Amino acid sequence: MSEQRESLVQLRGLKKAYGAFEAVRGIDLDVWRGEAFGFLGPNGAGKSSTMRMIGAVSPASGGTLRILGMDPATDGPAIRARLGVCPQDDTLDTELSVHENLTVYGRYFGLSRAECRSRADELLEFVSLTDKAKVKVDELSGGMKRRLTIARSLVSKPDLLLLDEPTTGLDPQARHLLWDKLFRLKQAGVTLIITTHYMDEAEQLCDRLVVMDGGLIAAEGSPAELIRDYSTREVTELRFGPDVMLADHDALAGKVSDLAQRIEVLPDRLLLYTDDGERAVAAVHERGLEPAAVLVRRSTLEDVFLRLTGRTLVD
Amino acid sequence: MTLALENGRRQFDYWLTVYKRTWKGTLISSFLLPLLYLAAMGIGLGSFVDGNGTDALGGVSYLQFIAPGLLAATGLQIAVGEATYPVMSGLKWQKFYFSMIATPLRPADVVFGQFGFIAFRVASTCAVFLVVIAAFGGLDSPLGLLGLPVALLVGMAAAAPVAAYATKLDNDAGFAMVFRFGVVPAFLFSGAFFPVSQLPNWIEWLAYVSPLWHGVELCRDLSLGTVEPWLALVNVLYLLAWFLVGTWLAIRGFNRRLIR
Repeated sequence: MSEQRESLVQLRGLKKAYGAFEAVRGIDLDVWRGEAFGFLGPNGAGKSSTMRMIGAVSPASGGTLRILGMDPATDGPAIRARLGVCPQDDTLDTELSVHENLTVYGRYFGLSRAECRSRADELLEFVSLTDKAKVKVDELSGGMKRRLTIARSLVSKPDLLLLDEPTTGLDPQARHLLWDKLFRLKQAGVTLIITTHYMDEAEQLCDRLVVMDGGLIAAEGSPAELIRDYSTREVTELRFGPDVMLADHDALAGKVSDLAQRIEVLPDRLLLYTDDGERAVAAVHERGLEPAAVLVRRSTLEDVFLRLTGRTLVD
Repeated sequence: MTLALENGRRQFDYWLTVYKRTWKGTLISSFLLPLLYLAAMGIGLGSFVDGNGTDALGGVSYLQFIAPGLLAATGLQIAVGEATYPVMSGLKWQKFYFSMIATPLRPADVVFGQFGFIAFRVASTCAVFLVVIAAFGGLDSPLGLLGLPVALLVGMAAAAPVAAYATKLDNDAGFAMVFRFGVVPAFLFSGAFFPVSQLPNWIEWLAYVSPLWHGVELCRDLSLGTVEPWLALVNVLYLLAWFLVGTWLAIRGFNRRLIR
C-alpha cells in the first residue's frame, strides 16, 4: 500500500531561522495525496512558519522540502499555481465586493474572465454566500469572511489546500459550518493541511497529525494512535471542593498514586489517567476518600497535547 | 520578461476593479486642484506679473511659463500619493500583496502591477490637465503635447523610490516626511513658478538634484518650442536613472517584506 501513496509534501530536516531565532528546528514528514493532515501546537511552535514554507512564500533556512514534487526555491510560481492558501489573517480586499474578490483572484492564476465568473458563482454557492455576492467584504461577519477566504483559495481548483488556523476567532455555529465545508472538500478528494490549536477541530478533520512544540515534532499519528500512545483510554477527574488547597491535593495524590498510570495535580482537581476510570473511582472510595465531584471521561487529543507541550503558557 | 508581462496582465482586472470603486474620490485631488493652481497663479497672479514685463521668464506670458511646470508637478504629486498610502495598505492594512504572492505572482510582478496602476493614474490625470492647459492657451508649441510622457516619467521617477521607502516603514508617519521635506519643497523650488536662477546659489543646486526640476525644464522647453536636444537628453536620462534605481530598490523592498 505504501508504494501507491503519492507524497505531495515531503520535508526532510526542514529548518527556519529568523536571525538568531530558530522557529523550525529540523522536521521530517510526508503528506500523502487525499489525506487531511494537521499541525497542532501552541503559539510559537513553528506551525505557521512551516505552513509558509510549504506555501512557497518563505525560503527554508536548512534541510529540503519538495512540494508536489517540485523545489520551492526554483519552482515557486509553478507550485503556487496548484496550491490553495487560506492564511491566518484574512487578506481579502475589503473595498471590493464578495464576488469581485473571487474573480480578481482567479485572474492571478491565468483563468479566463468567464471561467472566473462561473467558478465564483459555484464557490459562493458552496460556502453559502450567494446572497452576499454584491456586498462589500467590509460588511461581512468574521465567519463569512473565513468562508469567503476558503472559497477564494479554491478558485484555482488546487491539488493541495493549506488552511492556517481556519476557525480561530469564530463562534461555534460558524466553526461547525466551516468544518462541514472542509469535510465535504476532503470527501471530494482535496488534500488538506490544517494548522490549529483546537483539539476538537483536529479530531474532527484530521486523518493524521503532528504535534509541534518548540520548532520540533513532538509526536505523529492519527488522533486515535496519539491518544493510545500518549494518554490512557480514560481519565478520572476528582474534585475535592473549594476548601482543599493545592498542598492537600499533593497529599491526596500520594494516597491514590498507585490507582492510575499517571496522575496530574491541578489547583482545583486531580486527574487520574487510567484504562478503567470507573474502577479507579471505586478504589478511591474504598480508601475512604470522598471527592465532592467525580467525572470519568475518555481521553482526548487535548490530554495528549497538554502532556506533550505542557500546561505552561507559552506567550 | 514575457512571464512578467503575463503576470502583469493577470493583475489588470484587480486594478480596474479598484479604479472603478475609487475614481470618483480622486476627481477633486487629481483634476480640480491643479486647475485651481492654474487659474489662481496663471491667470490671477499672471496678470500682475505680465504687467511688469516678462523678460526674466523668456518673454512668454506667466500662464505659459507655469503651465508646463504645473503639469510636471501634478505628475509628481499624483505619483507620490499613489506610491505611499496604497503601498502601505497592500503591505500592512489590507495586505492584498500577501494574497497576490500566494498565487503564481512574484513580488516583482506585484511591483510592476502597482507601478502600472500609478502610471495610469499619472497619465490620465496629466492628459486631462494638458487639455485644459491647451484650452487656456497655455501651450506655445505643439511639441508641448510631449509634456504628457515627460510628466509620466517625472511621476514614475518619484514613485519608484517612494514605494521602495514605503516598504521600510511600519506605519504611515514616515509619509508626512516625504510630503513635508520632499514633495512640497520640490513643488515650490523646482522652477515651476519662477526660474531657479532667482534662488540663492546653494538652493539652486538643490533644485538641479530634484527630478522635478528636470521634468519642469523639459516640459517648458517643449511647450515653448525651445528644446536643446542634448539638454533634453540629460533631463530624460536623469529621470530614467531615478526610475530604474527606484524600481530596483522597490523590488528588493517588496521581496524583503513579502518573502520571510
